[in-house]
This record gives sequence, C-alpha cells and structure tokens, in this order.
Amino acid sequence: MRALIAKHKRRDVLFALLGLLALMIGILTFAALFVDMALRGFGRLDLDFFTSFPSRHAGQAGILSAWVGSTLVMAVTAAFAVPLGVAAGVYLEEYARKNWVTDLIEINITNLAGVPSIVYGLLALGLFVYQFGLGQSILSAGLTLALLILPVVIVATREAIRSIPQIIREGSYALGATRWQTVRYHILPYSSAGILTGIIIGMARAIGETAPIITIGALTFIAFLPPAPLQAEPPYLSFEWLLSPFTVMPIQMFNWTSRPEAAFQANAAAAGFVLVAMTLAMNALAIWLRYRLRRNIKW
Amino acid sequence: MVNDLPATQLAAKAEVSALSFYYGDFQALKHISMPVHERKVTALIGPSGCGKSTFLRCFNRMHDLYPGNRYDGRIVLQPDNTDLLSRDVDPIEVRMRIGMVFQKPNPFPKSIFENVAYGLRVRGEGSRRALEEKVEQALEDAALLDEVKDRLHQPAYNLSGGQQQRLCIARALATDPELLLFDEPTSALDPIATAAIEELIHDLKERVTILIVTHNMQQAARVSDFTAYMYLGELIEFGVTDELFIKPQMKQTEDYITGRFG
Amino acid sequence: MLFLAALVSVFTTAGIVYILVKESVLFFRHVPVWSFLTDTQWTPLFDDAHFGIMVLLSGTLTSSMVALSIAIPLGTVIAIYLSEFAPYRLREFAKPLLELLGGVPTIVYGYFALLFVTPLLQRLYPGLPGFNLLAAGLVMGVMIIPYVASISEDAMRAVPMSLREGSYAMGATRMQTALRVVFPGAFSGVAAAYILGISRAVGETMIVAVAAGMQPNLTFNPLEPAATITTYIVQVALGDVPHGSIAYQTIFAAGLTLMLLTLVFNVAGHVLRKRFRETY
Repeated sequence: MRALIAKHKRRDVLFALLGLLALMIGILTFAALFVDMALRGFGRLDLDFFTSFPSRHAGQAGILSAWVGSTLVMAVTAAFAVPLGVAAGVYLEEYARKNWVTDLIEINITNLAGVPSIVYGLLALGLFVYQFGLGQSILSAGLTLALLILPVVIVATREAIRSIPQIIREGSYALGATRWQTVRYHILPYSSAGILTGIIIGMARAIGETAPIITIGALTFIAFLPPAPLQAEPPYLSFEWLLSPFTVMPIQMFNWTSRPEAAFQANAAAAGFVLVAMTLAMNALAIWLRYRLRRNIKW
Repeated sequence: MVNDLPATQLAAKAEVSALSFYYGDFQALKHISMPVHERKVTALIGPSGCGKSTFLRCFNRMHDLYPGNRYDGRIVLQPDNTDLLSRDVDPIEVRMRIGMVFQKPNPFPKSIFENVAYGLRVRGEGSRRALEEKVEQALEDAALLDEVKDRLHQPAYNLSGGQQQRLCIARALATDPELLLFDEPTSALDPIATAAIEELIHDLKERVTILIVTHNMQQAARVSDFTAYMYLGELIEFGVTDELFIKPQMKQTEDYITGRFG
Repeated sequence: MLFLAALVSVFTTAGIVYILVKESVLFFRHVPVWSFLTDTQWTPLFDDAHFGIMVLLSGTLTSSMVALSIAIPLGTVIAIYLSEFAPYRLREFAKPLLELLGGVPTIVYGYFALLFVTPLLQRLYPGLPGFNLLAAGLVMGVMIIPYVASISEDAMRAVPMSLREGSYAMGATRMQTALRVVFPGAFSGVAAAYILGISRAVGETMIVAVAAGMQPNLTFNPLEPAATITTYIVQVALGDVPHGSIAYQTIFAAGLTLMLLTLVFNVAGHVLRKRFRETY
C-alpha cells in the first residue's frame, strides 16, 4: 500500500513539473519574442521614428502615417462598437423575452466569436467597399473592426450586467422606477467597470488586427496624413478624413517584415515593439480593472 | 465531558485526544477528547456552526486540501496505533482506510459501475473480474443492487437523489473502509430516502465503525449508539445515546435536546 | 432601438453569408464545383488558370495540424496544472499573464516565426527553406495555447468542489483526481476550448502569410513552403485585382470554403459536447 501511494505521489510531482514546464514554454517563447524585438528594434526607437513617414530608405522611415491611421480607425471602431455593443448587451439582459429571436441572437453572437477575422475582411470588401461605395477608407476599416469586436463588447456587457444581483432591480422597481430608469440609474452605472474592461480588450484586439484590413485593401505605403478633422475655417469640423486612404500599425509592420533587408526588419521590430507595448498596456489595464472590480464589489 | 460508559468491554476504533483545529487564526475546535467505539454508530450533534463537520473532516484529513489549516492533538486509529494527524502519516493513506459520505450526493460524472469501482481503480486494481465482483458486492451492501443491476453502465446522474446517496455509500464500501464518516448524509433527501439510508446505516455497523454528523436529533436518537453534543467548537457531552437523550448530565445538552435552544 | 442593436449581430452573419455566397455563385459559373474540389493545381492568376482548392486546403490543414499538436497538449496540461496543482498565488499570476499573451497581435507572431524561429530551426535542420509551414505552425501553436488553456481552466474550475472532495476522500492523489474526475467532468467545456483553438488555427492569417510563403503547393509536409486559404486572400488583396474579375471572386469562394470548414468543426464540437454534457 505504501509503495503504491509513493508511486502515485511521484507521478503527482512529475505532472506538476510537466505543468510548470508547459507554462514556461508559453511564457519563455513570449519573452524570447519580446527580447528579440527589443534588441533588433531598439536602435530605431527614437522621436523621428514616430514623426516620419515610411520611406524607401529604411533609416529614415517612420510610423507617423501608421499610428495616425490606427488612431483614427480606432476612433471609428469605438464610435460604432461601444454604443451598439452596450445597447445589444442591455437589451439581451434586461429587455429580451425568451423566444426564438433571442435564441437566434445568442447563438449568433457565440458563433460570430469563432468566425476567422479575414472573413470579416471579405464581408467588408463586398459590402462596405463596393456595395456601399465607402471605398478603401478609414470608415470602412473602422466599421469592419467594429463588427469584429462587437461580440466581445456584447459578451462583456452581459456578464457585467448579470453579476448585478436581482435585489437591486427589485429595489428600483419597488420605488416605482420604469425599466429605462432602472437601466439608466442602476444597471449601467454598476456595470460600467465591467463593460469598460470588455471595451478595452476589444479595442486591444482591434488595434492588432491585420488580415481584415489588408483584405479591404488598405495601402501599405502611405506618405501623407488624412485631412485633419479640425479645420481653421468654418465649419471647423471636417469628416473628410473618414473617406481617406490610410495605413495602420500592423500593416506597416507586415510591409517591413516582408522585406528581405535587415534594416527594414529592424523597422519591423521597432514597430512591433510599439504595437506589443500598446496592446499589452491596454490588456494589462483591463485585467487590472477587473481585478480591482472583483475586490471592491461586495453585494 | 465524557459520561460514564457501560461496564461491558468496548473496543475503541479511534481515540481522539486534545484535538484542536484552526482555520488560519480562527480556532474551530477546542481541545476535544472522546473515543469512537468499534462497530458502533457514533453521532455528532449540535447547532450549525458548532464544528461538528469540521471535527468529522479531521478524521480523513480533508482539511489538508486547503491551505492555512492546522491540527493540534491526536486521533489514534486502532488496531495499529496510528496517529491520523501526524505529519509522518500520509493523508492519502488515511483516506484509503477511512471512507466518507458527503452532505449532498456527489457521484462522479461516470457510469454507476465506474463510480463504485473508482476507489478500487485508484488503488491500482486492474482485474475486470475482481472489479465486477467487488462492485456488485458493494452495491448489494448499499441495498442498491436490485434497483440498478440492469443499468450498471448508465450515467450515475440518472439515479434519484436517494439512489445517488446510496451509490456514494457503495462507492465508499467497495474499498472495505475501517471507519466510515457520514456528513449529514440525509440533509438533501426526502423522508423515504432518508429512512432507507438510516436503515442501511443500522445494518452497516455490523461490519464497519460509523461516525455520523447530523443536524437532526431524532436521527441521532434513531441510528446511533453513542452521541456527542458539540457547541462552539467544544465537546459538551459524550455518552451512550439513550442515556444522553433521557438524562443529559449537562444543562447545555438538556437545553439543546429539549429544544429550548438551537 | 436596443433590439435593433442586438440584431446587428444577426445582420453581420447574414451579410457574411450573403456576400460569400453571392460572389461564389458568380465564381462557380466559371468554374465547375467538381474541378474546384478535385483539381490539383491552384493558378487563378495565370493564363492557364486552375482552381483546385485542395492545394490551399493542404496548406491550411498542415499548418493547423502543427499548431494544434502544440496548442492542445500544452494548453490542456497548463489548464490542469493551474486548476488542480498550482498554488493559489501562481495561478492568480499566471492566468492574467496567459490572457496577455492571447492579446499579442498575430502579425507580431508572424515576425517572430519568420525572423526568429525559422533561423533557429535552420540551425537544427539546415535544408529548411526560409518560408515553411513548420515555423508558422509552431508559432501559431504557441499563440493558441492561451485560448485553450484559459477556457479549459475555466471549465475545470467550474467542476464542483464536492466532486474533488469525493475523489480525495477515496484516497485519490491530485493527478488521479484531475485526470479521472475533473477532466471528464469538464469535458464539454474543454471540447469548446479545443474547437475554438481549431477555428483559430484554420482561420489564422498573418503568421502564415509572413512565415509560410504564399506559393500554392499541394503538400502535407510541414518542412515546405505553402499557401493557405487565408494567405491566398491576403495575396490577392495586396495586389491590384479589379472588382468583379474572376480573381476577385476566387477570394470569396476561398472564404466560403474557410467558413464551411470552421462550421464543420463547430458542428462536430457541438455534437461532441451534447454527448458529453455533464450535469452536476
């Protein structure tokens, strides 16, 4: 009996070591990736890199048009995905009755999360670019990514709302509040941190997405900026930039990675470093928010 | 206190001495000493939160599964004089000798057969014949065989709550435990299923020592030979069940069993 | 209003199906379905055009197989380790870290496969071409590990403590409890994690686009370069293909194939989960 137990316990230890090893493989691979990019790209990471357009000369090339493009595309994505996603989440949790339409919507959201991102690119190419005539523009790209991260925002919203106990709703209704008042003054404020977490995670994913944007035909070499949204003359606001051609960070990186010259690969490494730093920062913010949320809320 | 026990020689299966238990800084059990007599049923009663389940779970070192728990004192298991709480004794070895049935039936997501065979497989039993024999015997002992013999290979979740609990008893019996721990085994069951389990416990004491936690005093009176009354982590009174219920020695015990408290 | 917002997801699906089918129908007017499925060459941009999807499919399946042979075992082991073995602090630390890894843009992994992993592999195996499915698949596997591990771990954590206690009370060790009770108990959730992993592998684009080369190659040998369904779409999109041309339509036919492929895996996973659904 003792021998048997000893044998079984040895297997326990072996498995624990195996688990630790597997975990390390994942983490060390990432560490290798990060260090490699940092070493290769470090020489390129200066202010000029952020304020220069791409160039045929690797040493003078920068990511100005890429990060401006990314920022503008993200703005469009957020403008569509956040209201739509939160509204859909609120509807499904607080308003929807259990019927086949609701079921259809739910199955849909689950399935959409598994659709390869390049397929969204094809959708956008057929629909936004040609059918709607939006062209290969910032607006098309922003809409595409908005659709892509919509399931993330919806699911996060629903989870955040679901974690609010029923007694809060009952308390509100008992005071004579309407459904909308309950949502407006109780449900949304109490779930805002959870929703925000989902939005950040979604945006972090959108910012790194390459395939769908290539598919709609973003250009890889852009040496100009879209028209500024704020103009010196009336009406001051301009939306011309929405229809401007553009490039984004991951596409710029893709372009440089595909070049055989080591100098361009250094640019790719530097761009990758910036990209990873951005997504890691966003994800870390989301994780930290969630962690704080879990600690602070005691129903 | 431990009341005077009958003069007839009683063999002790286990002897608890000066047992204290801590969840982190919180002392959940305070200096408990009492015997567990062989082939008898000993009931642990007391208001909820008194530590009776905590006490029961010391016997098979369940508390080792969670960090920050600490035992003090001894539980010596006979016949080989093993201190169950000793650091040198492997909790797995302890659990191989002592079976446990939980509050809510917790069959594994496997077939009825595999549930009962689980303990044997864990012990490295590979022979199909031996497994089948022992599983059948255990189901018979748990008075379940007639109800399930045609569907041994169906999922255990298809059984009713009472059947599931008897399946869990069969699972524990299959490995011939020396001591069987019951943690409020009928609290999730209806009265008919409860009666079946109580009858089973009565029959089982012929071959195995039983320690049972119950929140139900009538159940303690019905099934047990000895009863221990606990309150706030302390053992208030331990004695022969009939005597303890008819003329308790301690005022607190009397208040509890007459329903004036708790 | 809110209802319309919820319907956007349905519109998205409908839009995807509509666009893919519409353009594919045009495509299949030119190319018979039979030759699409059986032709062994894929040369849509040549004068002598051939449209054998098998060629692209072989690249997709090969790189996916390499990726999954990394991601599923490692992801599962990590999940079991974190859920059943790891001390509380390590788990609280490792879980968010895994999620961070899942958030790294795939283009960055593509860079890594091409410029770090391939040179490394070439040192072990000098004949390896600069573009190959192996490096792409391996890195893809590492990329998918967090998804498989995280979702499987959630499923294992959802197995009630009472089942674990029941197993430990029988004298089982950690590993016996993990493999015989927790893993089977969590199987439907673990299967969902695997399906997601497969979908990711099949639909992954940038890693293969960067590291596996884009030339069509009917092969199941991971040491060779090959195009996949996704990289073909990228290749066409990067070039200047006129709207409405046959080349334009091929990417929708390829996309439809990809959707059907993921659909097959999802349905298979659904059936599997139905069969193993556990109720506690």
